[in-house]
Amino acid sequence: MTGTLAAVGAGLAAIGAGIGIGRIGGQAMDAIARQPEAVSLIQTNMIIAAALIEGVALFAVVVALIA
Amino acid sequence: MNLVPVFSKQLFFALLLSLVITNYVMASDHPGQKENAANEKFAAGEFIIDHIKDSHEWHILTKNNGEAVAVYLPVILYSQNTGLHFFISNKIAHGQHFNSFKISEETGKIIEINENGEEIGIPLDFSITKTVAAMLLAALTILFLFIRMGRSYSHNKNIVPKGFNGFLEPMIVFIRDEIAIPNIGHHKYERFMPYLLTAFFFILINNIMGLIPFFPFGANVTGNIAVTLVLALITFIITQISGTKDHWKHIFATPGVPVWLLPIMIPVELMGLFSKPFALMIRLFANITAGHIIVLSLVSLIFIFKALWVSAVSIPMVLFIDILEILVAFLQAYVFTLLSALFIGLAAKEHHHA
Repeated sequence: MTGTLAAVGAGLAAIGAGIGIGRIGGQAMDAIARQPEAVSLIQTNMIIAAALIEGVALFAVVVALIA
Repeated sequence: MNLVPVFSKQLFFALLLSLVITNYVMASDHPGQKENAANEKFAAGEFIIDHIKDSHEWHILTKNNGEAVAVYLPVILYSQNTGLHFFISNKIAHGQHFNSFKISEETGKIIEINENGEEIGIPLDFSITKTVAAMLLAALTILFLFIRMGRSYSHNKNIVPKGFNGFLEPMIVFIRDEIAIPNIGHHKYERFMPYLLTAFFFILINNIMGLIPFFPFGANVTGNIAVTLVLALITFIITQISGTKDHWKHIFATPGVPVWLLPIMIPVELMGLFSKPFALMIRLFANITAGHIIVLSLVSLIFIFKALWVSAVSIPMVLFIDILEILVAFLQAYVFTLLSALFIGLAAKEHHHA
C-alpha cells in the first residue's frame, strides 16, 4: 500500500511540475511574440525558472522514493 | 546559454551513432539469467538500484557462466577494536568474511563480526568505493584540462585561443559575465570566481561522466546525496563567511520588525537560511538520479519483455533521454553555480539604507 501511495504522490508531483513549467513556457512564448528582440533574455530566465520548479517537484519525488 | 557548438555535423552524427552502439553493447552485457532459468523474471528494481548505489567493486560485466568481471577497489577501514585495515574488496566480495569484516546483508555496509558471526561493531569506512574512484578520475581530468589551458595562456599571450581552449573560454567568460558579476557585483566577484568555476566544472564533468555507459565512466557521482551534501555545505560555509554585518542584522534583528515579533521571526529567518543550501543539494541529487533511473528503466524494458523487437522501440527512447540528460547536466551545473553566486551576493551585499 505504501508503494502505491508513493507512486501516486510522485505522479501528483509530476502534475504540479507540468502545470508550472507549462505556464512559464506559455508566458515566455507570449513575451517573445510581443518583443522578438528580447528572445535570448527571455529564454535564459525561462530555463532558470523551469529548473527551480523542477527542483521543487523532485523534492516530492525523493520523498516518494524514500517511502 | 549561448554555447556555440564547435563540432561539425559529421562529428555530431558519429557521436549519436556511438551512443546507439554503446547502448546496444550495454543492453547485451547481462546474460546472467540466460543459463539458469529462462523463465525467471528479470528483477528490474534490483538492477536499477545496483547501478544507482555506491559499491566496493566496479562491476563491468557478468560472463555467461555467471562469473563476474569487475575491478575490485581497495577497502580502508578503521575499527575501534583492531585499528586500521587495508585490503582489496574481492576478499569480501561474495558474502565471505575476511579478518572479521564482512558486508552485512541487511544494510549493505561493512560490519565487524566476532568468531560466532555476530555483529560487534561498525568500523569507520574510508574505502575507495566506486563513487570515490569516479570522483578522483573527474578531478584528475579537470586538473589536466585546466592546468594545460592555464599554461597555454601564459605561454601565448595575446593570441586567439584555438581548439579546446576556444571551447572552454566562452564558458568561463560566461560564468564571469553572466553569473558572477551581476550577482556579486564587480568589486567583489574576483574572490569567488575560483569557487564558482570549480563548482560548475566539477558538477558538469561528473554529470557527463555519469552518462557514459562503459568503464571507467558511468558511476553515479552527483546522484549520490553525500556528494551533493558536501557541495551545498561548501556553498553554505562560503556564504556565511562572506556575510556582512547587514546580513546578520537581517536575520537576528530584521529592520522594521517590532521586538515582540522577533521570537517568531528569528526561527523563520534561520529556517530560510538553511533551506536554501538544502534545496541546492536536493535539486542536483534528484535531477541526476531521476535521469539515471529513467535511462536504466528504459533499457530494462528489453529484459523484462525478453524480446529483441522491444529494443527497436526502447533504444531510440533511451537515445532521446540521453540527449535530454546531457542538457540537464549542463543546466544543473549552471543552476547550482547561479544560485551559489546569488546567495553569496545576497550575503556580501552592502545595503545603502536611504
